[in-house]
Amino acid sequence: MAKIKYIEFNGTEHEADVANGLSVMEGAIQNDIPGIDADCGGGMSCATCHVYINDDVWFKKLPEKEMGEDDMLDQAFEPKSNSRLSCQLIVSDDLDGLTVHMPEKQI
Amino acid sequence: MIKTDVVIIGAGPTGLFCAHQLGIIGLKCEIVDNLDKIGGQCIELYPDKPIYDIPAVPKCTGEELTNNLIEQIKPFNFNFHLSDRVQELKNENNKWLVKTLNGKEFETPNIVIAGGVGSFEPRKFPTKSAEKYDGKSVLYSIKDKTIFKDKSVVIFGGGDSALDWAIELSNSSKVTLVHRRDEFRGAPASVQKIKELSDNKTIDLITKYSIKDVKGNGSLESVEIKSESGESKVIKADYVLGFFGLIMQLGPIAEWGLNLDKKTIPVNTENFETNKKGIFAIGDICTYPGKLKLILSGFHEGALAARGCFKYARPDEKYRFEFTTASSTIKDRLGVKE
Repeated sequence: MAKIKYIEFNGTEHEADVANGLSVMEGAIQNDIPGIDADCGGGMSCATCHVYINDDVWFKKLPEKEMGEDDMLDQAFEPKSNSRLSCQLIVSDDLDGLTVHMPEKQI
Repeated sequence: MIKTDVVIIGAGPTGLFCAHQLGIIGLKCEIVDNLDKIGGQCIELYPDKPIYDIPAVPKCTGEELTNNLIEQIKPFNFNFHLSDRVQELKNENNKWLVKTLNGKEFETPNIVIAGGVGSFEPRKFPTKSAEKYDGKSVLYSIKDKTIFKDKSVVIFGGGDSALDWAIELSNSSKVTLVHRRDEFRGAPASVQKIKELSDNKTIDLITKYSIKDVKGNGSLESVEIKSESGESKVIKADYVLGFFGLIMQLGPIAEWGLNLDKKTIPVNTENFETNKKGIFAIGDICTYPGKLKLILSGFHEGALAARGCFKYARPDEKYRFEFTTASSTIKDRLGVKE
């Protein structure tokens, strides 16, 4: 279990306890947190669960991107070097306290 | 005006199998899809990726699945209307009048929405200023490449479309290719070619930059790009091209008065009818308690929706359940000779 903080583009904060094994994306969807669309349902084929990890220490601590994630991020709305697809971030106790920021749009 | 029993929106696996089920029970249908090919997400997103959870098929690719479904509905000779999109629905005397973007019109008692998560549309630039030039000098696809001759063209993207067009247009235009990172996802041979063209100054290659603004006075004059650390550059541009792949948009479906739950359409699980009589929704686009976004669920939903359509298409007949193995009527419909 990990407490994940989701911050919308407008600054609204949401916190959710997400069970181990779920993705950060699923944590948002299951708790009705807006700002993450996840059109493809976690298949790494749509780039609509795009988040920023603003804390550099956290960004480095996350599991590395697998092949294909950066390719999808190319197509996301305003990708940056701290961008991740939240469907690829699988929750474990290690992620307790993670904060993700949502982009302005998931296009 | 084409009169039919059912209009299916979406030629993905779910729409195709629903068409099969309609054919089996003796109904006609017309299938509309805004892609230029049959297969939906299977063909557009993962033609080469293996799928492992189609019942009785241990492994197949999106393309193989599509081809098999096309083969399966061949006996019914249904019409496909590709590169077209259903735009308007109107109800008149219990019939739906359906209009497409290309001006086709259908009259039908039933519509089956099998639209995935909507229609595939190009992803556009995030900059507001680009909208003004959309379709004129800011383009997301190329219909006529001769318009670029001797012009300054700035291309954004790192996939095959961006690379292929940068290579192609470098013969007759001044091409700048801008991409947000150093790695490209295009084919290795194209990446190699781009690097050569950049080394010999045929094209300008700028990485780790993205679009900031497009500028012009009536017509497009330049595009401003920014790096993540805030540096910016202005590049002269007659045309700006963006190749960021496709995104699924609900589009006109959202305007038909259907109940919506986020981007999905709530349905009953008896025949997958929506809140509108004669409009059914199946596959990824529908939602109900326990919904799974699996192709096999879409098949089941399509089979039941087809029976739902029968009621409105043949109000005076009673639907009779039959097995394909035993029914001579069905075998006739399939054109099977014994």
